[in-house]
Amino acid sequence: MKKILALTIAAVLSVCSVHADTITLNASGATFPAPLYGRWFAEYSKAHPDVRINYQGIGSGAGIKSFTDGLTDFGASDAAMTDAEIAKVTTGGVVLLPMTAGSIVLSYNLPGVTDSIKLPRDVYPAIFLGEITKWNDPKIAAANPGVKLPDMPITVAYRADGSGTTFNFTNHLSAISADFKAKVGGGKLVKFPVGVGGKGNDGVAALIKQTPGTIGYVEFGYAMGVKLPMATLQNQAGKFVAPTPESGSAALGAVDMPANLRAFVTDPAGDASYPIVTFTWWLCHTDYTSKPGVADAIKALAAWCLTDGQKLSPGLGYLPLPDSVLTKVQAAAGTIK
Amino acid sequence: MIETETMVPSTASTGTPWVASKRAKRAKGFDVLFSGLTFLSGWGTVALLLLIGLEVGYAALPAMRQFGFHFLVGMQWDPVNDQYGALPLIYGTMVSAALALLISTPLGVAIAIFLTEDYLHHKLRSFCKFLVELLAAIPSVIYGLWGIYVVIPITTPLGNWLNAHFGWIPFFSTPASGPGFLPASFVLAIMILPTIAALSGAALKTTPQALKEGASALGATRWDVILQITLPIAASGIFGAVVLALGRAMGETMALAMLVGNNNQISASLFAPANTIASLLANSFGEASGLEVASLMYLSFILMALTLGINAVAEVILERSGATKKHL
Repeated sequence: MKKILALTIAAVLSVCSVHADTITLNASGATFPAPLYGRWFAEYSKAHPDVRINYQGIGSGAGIKSFTDGLTDFGASDAAMTDAEIAKVTTGGVVLLPMTAGSIVLSYNLPGVTDSIKLPRDVYPAIFLGEITKWNDPKIAAANPGVKLPDMPITVAYRADGSGTTFNFTNHLSAISADFKAKVGGGKLVKFPVGVGGKGNDGVAALIKQTPGTIGYVEFGYAMGVKLPMATLQNQAGKFVAPTPESGSAALGAVDMPANLRAFVTDPAGDASYPIVTFTWWLCHTDYTSKPGVADAIKALAAWCLTDGQKLSPGLGYLPLPDSVLTKVQAAAGTIK
Repeated sequence: MIETETMVPSTASTGTPWVASKRAKRAKGFDVLFSGLTFLSGWGTVALLLLIGLEVGYAALPAMRQFGFHFLVGMQWDPVNDQYGALPLIYGTMVSAALALLISTPLGVAIAIFLTEDYLHHKLRSFCKFLVELLAAIPSVIYGLWGIYVVIPITTPLGNWLNAHFGWIPFFSTPASGPGFLPASFVLAIMILPTIAALSGAALKTTPQALKEGASALGATRWDVILQITLPIAASGIFGAVVLALGRAMGETMALAMLVGNNNQISASLFAPANTIASLLANSFGEASGLEVASLMYLSFILMALTLGINAVAEVILERSGATKKHL
């Protein structure tokens, strides 16, 4: 089936790229940054009519697969490729480029509660483990003096589809709670002991909106767009930080990006850092000599996205990369040939 | 699948030669070509089905080797630790489909009786029939949205009330979490209603008019005729319709993925979230890798075997009921 699928996609792609003068870049992967990528590529094509970029938001895992099978020119993933996955790419080598970042927020539906509720570090992993089951639990109440918390059961909402959002969220929970790590662990699809699953960010958002007492994790940009209330979380330094573009950028700034540009921010340091942030990557080849023109097109595109493109990020709820990270990514993108 | 089952016998009987012998050679050549073509497409469909089964089975091999038949009774679906078991999913698939049948069988048969007996003017009747059949044309995702925004807001307070007052009954033992068996089965019931209504209607129509008139002549009321003549004769046909609807219900994906709650657990409560095979498949393929893919394929194989088996049973029952009618 995989082969048939591959052939079909290849056939469709070859039909798409018959334009003589223009160069078409085919890419697919993560859905999380897809709205931003859509905007970037549309703006870029407007300024450079000779370049067309087809981006399909098919999920990080599928994006890695298509890239590895050589079906796309570059891929995109919320989880950087592992060494084992990189080893499977037989030709062209792999360079991982963090292109943007985002926060993951805890949104909830609590009738009558207007302030952003505060959730301490020992509380929100316990909620997702099903150990704290009532909104007026003493632990939640202690962190929110003056807030009248309803006597209501907590319904947990999670992503039923495999997703990079779940990957980053559960890795964060595993980093701050040994209990969560032992009972659930981090992954794109995990076995939450309680709750209901929705498909996609919109599915989770619908669950939260529909049922009073529900709490779930969604991307910041999405929660902002549909105006869901977002919880204020306690970070590594013990401070309560609301999800904002500034607190997200602070968390990214605290990261020391390694040479392979593969950093998972599971529990950022710093007083002002919002605790759940993630980079999201482009997966490119280091060597495109078998595809003439592609290397230059990707380099120019990446250079634009890393400069002008970054200015579009906050408006859509994404985090512009800090300068320290940008210079490293620009250097890495420059090595593509 | 229904098409496949009915196409095979009809293509096998196409190439009867006696007509061709009376025609010119060119026409004969055309006949041979045409029967060859139908033969090919008929058997091609069968071959396609077998190939799909083989391909799915082949992709599932690693999981079959790893878990064997324990897969069928395993309780965990845990991609983090690569442990996979299908029991909660098989349970969720069967229970949601069974609940849907429980709701839609009486409704569907009632609709069929209403639309086949002379209750309505024939123009109004065909309009109503059209409306019922139109239910089958509504895309699954629309049913899902309707479920989320209309059905769940009704079933959740109802479920919470039942849980608060009758929580000691196992079916009501959890508070309503929004999505769950109840809204999923309710929407599923409406989705399979046209299948049951249309096929039951066809079964009811096969009751010989003479029998009905005879019964009436003996003093039977319309009610007597329906209960004692029409329904018993159509019973096996109606049963076939219900089994066919069961097959449909088990394979339904999108609406269930949106409404069932996607939690791989076994709970007796109607309000608890659950999961079905089709829903898990739709949700996890995009990001799955390694043994998870093989396990998903194993699940597909199980679902295919279940629905194929059920459809085959339904076809046999429907075929028999049709056959017995002709002899009456």
